[in-house]
Amino acid sequence: MISNESEQVEYAIEAKGLSKHFGNNIAVNKLDLKIPKGSIYGFLGPNGCGKSTSIRLLTGLLEASEGDVTILGNPLLGHEEALKKRIGYMTQKFSLYDDLTVQENLNFVGAIYGFVGKRKKARLEELLALYDLEKQAKQFAGSMSGGQKQRLALACATLHSPELLFLDEPTSAVDPENRREFWERLFDLCAAGTTILVSTHYMDEAERCHALAIMEEGNKRADGSPQALMDAMPATVVEVSGNKLRQLKQTLTQHPEILSAAQIGAHLRVLVKKKVQDPLSLISTLSDGRETVLARPSLEDVFVTCTGDRYVD
Amino acid sequence: MWIRIYAIFIKELKQLSRDRMTFGMIIMIPLVQLMLFGYAINTDARHIHVGLVDLSQTSESRAVEQALVATQSVDFIARYRSIKEAEVAITKGEIRAVLYLPADMTRRLFNHPLYDHKQTDSQLTQPIGQWIVDGSDTVIASTIRALRNMPLDEVANHTATRTAPSFEVVQYFNPEQRTVVNIVPGLVAVILTMTMILFTSSAIVRESEHGNMEFLITTPVRSIELMIGKIAPYVLVGLLQVAIILYVGHWMFSVPIKGSILSLLGSSILFIFASLTLGLVLSTIAKTQLQSMQMTIFILLPSILLSGFMFPYDAMPVAAQWIAEALPVTHFMRMIRAIALRDASLLLLGKDALWLGLFTIGGIIIASLRFKKTLG
Ligand SMILES: Nc1ncnc2c1ncn2[C@@H]1O[C@H](COP(=O)(O)OP(=O)(O)OP(=O)(O)O)[C@@H](O)[C@H]1O
Ligand SMILES: [Mg+2]
Repeated sequence: MISNESEQVEYAIEAKGLSKHFGNNIAVNKLDLKIPKGSIYGFLGPNGCGKSTSIRLLTGLLEASEGDVTILGNPLLGHEEALKKRIGYMTQKFSLYDDLTVQENLNFVGAIYGFVGKRKKARLEELLALYDLEKQAKQFAGSMSGGQKQRLALACATLHSPELLFLDEPTSAVDPENRREFWERLFDLCAAGTTILVSTHYMDEAERCHALAIMEEGNKRADGSPQALMDAMPATVVEVSGNKLRQLKQTLTQHPEILSAAQIGAHLRVLVKKKVQDPLSLISTLSDGRETVLARPSLEDVFVTCTGDRYVD
Repeated sequence: MWIRIYAIFIKELKQLSRDRMTFGMIIMIPLVQLMLFGYAINTDARHIHVGLVDLSQTSESRAVEQALVATQSVDFIARYRSIKEAEVAITKGEIRAVLYLPADMTRRLFNHPLYDHKQTDSQLTQPIGQWIVDGSDTVIASTIRALRNMPLDEVANHTATRTAPSFEVVQYFNPEQRTVVNIVPGLVAVILTMTMILFTSSAIVRESEHGNMEFLITTPVRSIELMIGKIAPYVLVGLLQVAIILYVGHWMFSVPIKGSILSLLGSSILFIFASLTLGLVLSTIAKTQLQSMQMTIFILLPSILLSGFMFPYDAMPVAAQWIAEALPVTHFMRMIRAIALRDASLLLLGKDALWLGLFTIGGIIIASLRFKKTLG
């Protein structure tokens, strides 16, 4: 029995052919997702690629134009109300009350989730301590810094200990130090069994996810774990160093076998199609004997190869 | 369910008490309106500025002038040598009317039946003078028209015939005929319409505009709970406004409040609920606070004009009466005047009360159906 169960992966989110049209505009196009329970899953993509819309579809906030969604084992359609108690959602825009204090906001959300009396008091104290908001308890939410607001929003979204947590660009207004802190909290929640779906346009954040989907213009271009994505990348990375890199970049990008060239500090990072047998010598000839080395692919390279007109099937 | 409604109620009260501007408006709107309608706006025309062209220049003509001034309807502020001059003054707007007393006024007066009852020869009967009135303002015109049959016995030195009136009029309520007595209870209805609809329609819209709604929808809050919790504080606001208007009206303008507090409270609560649900329905249509404001004005104008606040309901054409019947304010206008001025009980006004109740139920149903939809 045990071996049988452990073989079977349980999914927190399953979506098949999920689409959303706004008039002629296709915000989400035939999205397929399988997100295992207890993992952190990322949506990586540029502005307007449909991250927020996808999350709204998965939380039942928007009605899908097409497709089926199963959340925590229940079809979303018809179970929205029951599922609301089991999911948490942190919106992209701060959605708590600016003219209420931190304490009052938490109090309000607590009551909404049916916490009363001692139980509520205990839970609020726990959250204030966990998210380091004790000093701000009496401060108006509107007067707090971006990082503090975001911690308050996370505290409110997780107040009822949801099994599934949606975070829409949670760290867009947060400095790198606080971003690290924030991700520590997410890993704590994950270790406690929460499944987390987080959208971002930061590569370093995407790299921390167990798995991610790269999205562009409503389409999922690639998905998998960061490592798997890098391994499966249809390009080789070559770094060129030397002088006059700007001009070199112009020549290189003209070449049909070269997907992209981008300057990073004193290097030029060149993505060469994988089918090219000896990428190093190709680049060497093209760059008049400047120094060339093979480099480890990064998530950004993956992103570059699978978006825009460089997209390789 | 009650925990959630209570949580929203408390949250809304806190936000309201911190929003100084809104809080100020709740108090100031009734006070300012009360002052305006109580002091400035008066539909009984008095002391109308008029001119005089007196070609007769006799003691009788002066007596006529005195008698007119004594009615307090008109004040003679200027004298002119000819009708021409007076007409120019009317056109300029310096005076609203002019009294023309011809040179043979004394003879006309002595032949007048109101002056001399023995005079029966209708051939000789002529009016003693002529009023030329700027008829564009109908209130002024009708006030002057009422002077047509002014008794002349004060002008004559003897008692003239008193023609027996066809009707005797006994005034039951408001014997001194002061407009303010009718206005103040009506003001309760108008101000409640304005503030209740405006506050609720923008209360929900504000929630979406500030992005709070997106979070709220993913919580277990149901739309009906959100709506009840959000409008409940405004019931208190409405009752506070009723109290302010009636109390200040009573204290400053001695407007009597004859009915029982219970009937007043009952009818006010019914009307507040009806207005609040109307505001809710609007809030499900409006996307921004500006739109909700515009829609409030759209409701407010017919509420002021058709409800019987400014013009008597009975004098309106049938189509206008239908529109008026559809507005909750018309029913409340009738109720509050009846209760405050005529000591009617709520039971006596069952039809209006019932209608307000039905309106509220219908409004809540429509609002919660539409509300669901806007969440997608
Ligand atoms: N309510 C709506 N009506 C019409 N179009 C919409 C609506 N919401 C989103 N869209 C469109 O859908 C597309 C995806 O928008 P979405 O907000 O999901 O992007 P996003 O990935 O979250 O972007 P960002 O990183 O800027 O938050 C956009 O082209 C947007 O214009
Ligand atoms: Mg977004």
